[in-house]
Amino acid sequence: MRRIKEFIIEKLILISGLTCVLFVLLIFLFLLKEGMSVFKTVSVLKFLLGKNWYPISEPPQLGILPLILGSLMVTLGAIIISLPLGVACALYIAEVAPLKIKEVLKAGIELLAAIPSVVLGFIGMVTLVPWVKHVFRLPTGLTALSGSIMLAFMAMPTIVSVAEDALYAVPKAYKEAALALGATRWQTIYRVILPAASSGILAAVMLGIGRVIGETMAVMMITGNSATIPKSILEPVRTLTATIAAEMGEAVVGSEHYFALFAIGIVLFVISFIINVSADLFLHKTKS
Amino acid sequence: MKNPKITEKVAFFFLFLATLLIVVPVGLIVIIIIRKGLPAINWKFLTDIPREGMRQGGIFPAIVGTLYLVLGAISFALPIGLMSAIYLSEYAKDNFFSRLIKLAIVNLAGVPSVVYGLFGLALFVVFFKFGASILSGSLTLGIMILPIIITASREALESVPYHFREVSWSLGASKWQTIRYLVLPNAISGILTGIILGLGRAAGETAPILFTVAAFYLPQLPKSIFDQVMALPYHLYVISTQVPNVEEKLRYGTALVLLMIVLFMNLVAIIIRYKFRKKKKW
Repeated sequence: MRRIKEFIIEKLILISGLTCVLFVLLIFLFLLKEGMSVFKTVSVLKFLLGKNWYPISEPPQLGILPLILGSLMVTLGAIIISLPLGVACALYIAEVAPLKIKEVLKAGIELLAAIPSVVLGFIGMVTLVPWVKHVFRLPTGLTALSGSIMLAFMAMPTIVSVAEDALYAVPKAYKEAALALGATRWQTIYRVILPAASSGILAAVMLGIGRVIGETMAVMMITGNSATIPKSILEPVRTLTATIAAEMGEAVVGSEHYFALFAIGIVLFVISFIINVSADLFLHKTKS
Repeated sequence: MKNPKITEKVAFFFLFLATLLIVVPVGLIVIIIIRKGLPAINWKFLTDIPREGMRQGGIFPAIVGTLYLVLGAISFALPIGLMSAIYLSEYAKDNFFSRLIKLAIVNLAGVPSVVYGLFGLALFVVFFKFGASILSGSLTLGIMILPIIITASREALESVPYHFREVSWSLGASKWQTIRYLVLPNAISGILTGIILGLGRAAGETAPILFTVAAFYLPQLPKSIFDQVMALPYHLYVISTQVPNVEEKLRYGTALVLLMIVLFMNLVAIIIRYKFRKKKKW
């Protein structure tokens, strides 16, 4: 009796493990199932490179280039801001800060990770957006720049914690050897620890990018949602994620618009898949 | 000029500055929300339905909705997540199978939240015909928090020293008995931490519930798991972008309630972790 019970439990455990794989497959399959239908009417190339996104005009124009460029611009801006700040912060926490301050700083970063994105979006709307409008003398503060700043902030917990782990993973002997040779702490950090941790830091940046591209609510609330090809970072843009979130509510199930939004979902899924798999590779490189 | 000691001082100062630039706004955000939101909080705000097109009244249905969704999500994700973690930490050998599962978890953690929303819409709402309902929303959120629960539980299970298991086996206990009576009890606080963090994440997410459950305005409580509900994060989104002329106080009040729920859960998780670290005998 006990034998049978154990057998059943062990099989259940194995099946549970496999459900994770199943869910990833299901997500991809269902995105494909709904999204591929759009390519009966629009070619893949026209969908990805089409300059006009007018999903409810007659006939609908379904080109997502403005949305891709919107996402790209916001992401690029966010990474330019968050990469130096995030790595600097990780260095400070891992190598410089005294133990007590370190605990406080880490708690602060964890706190940031916990704040829901809709709350950050709301705060961005009432503080960051008017500030950007005022500083750059714009007609509206709902711009790609506002989105970049907010997303840079939101990517910090990911970048800092992964980069910090990478820094801790550097063998202590490296550091001790450099210090013994008379290098200052900064020289040690800059010339020895940072290069040794580089692949882990690369992974941190990639995971940060993944976080930024996938972020939805905050970006929808503060980038102005205009689906046109952006000419500068001081204009409103609309990202891939925001388009899905903003339009799916109105799209009729089974319409071309509905299918097109799922096709955008495929694009996002593929991007995040590539980013996560390669970040994982970089992380394993650090470990071995 | 080229004095390395001075360079070091300057460099460390900039590192410190960068850190402040990240941490100070976090504190400011929390303080602003508390200061501006607190005046809105009273018994009526917490227990009344929204009135006058959400410009008056309270947020009770949204609080209840979020509570239902979070409980639904955890009751789905906990058994699967915990068993997956047990598989990875206790049974899996380092083979193709287990690597595939780990890769799947990494990917689940990285899928954008709005894509979960799409998936929930396609699978639960349309394909299984659950409609926009608590059931669809909970399942979607449940899958989203799986990686959090698995990762935390796995870490907790693996931190139980291997020789504990060897002692148990040598006393004649089977593999499952060892897990059930030895490994799990010793890992419980780490698992709890994972569960609570998952709950916090589920409570705060908006994008996955947009098309699977969240109602724009629904002044009554749900009667079954096939009903739509309001949810706090979506309600905050609605009153701050979709409804004009909402008093600022109401927006901050809603943000504060949501923030407090999420922060409270994180605080509990931190306390559990801290107590555990002190008690750890090995």
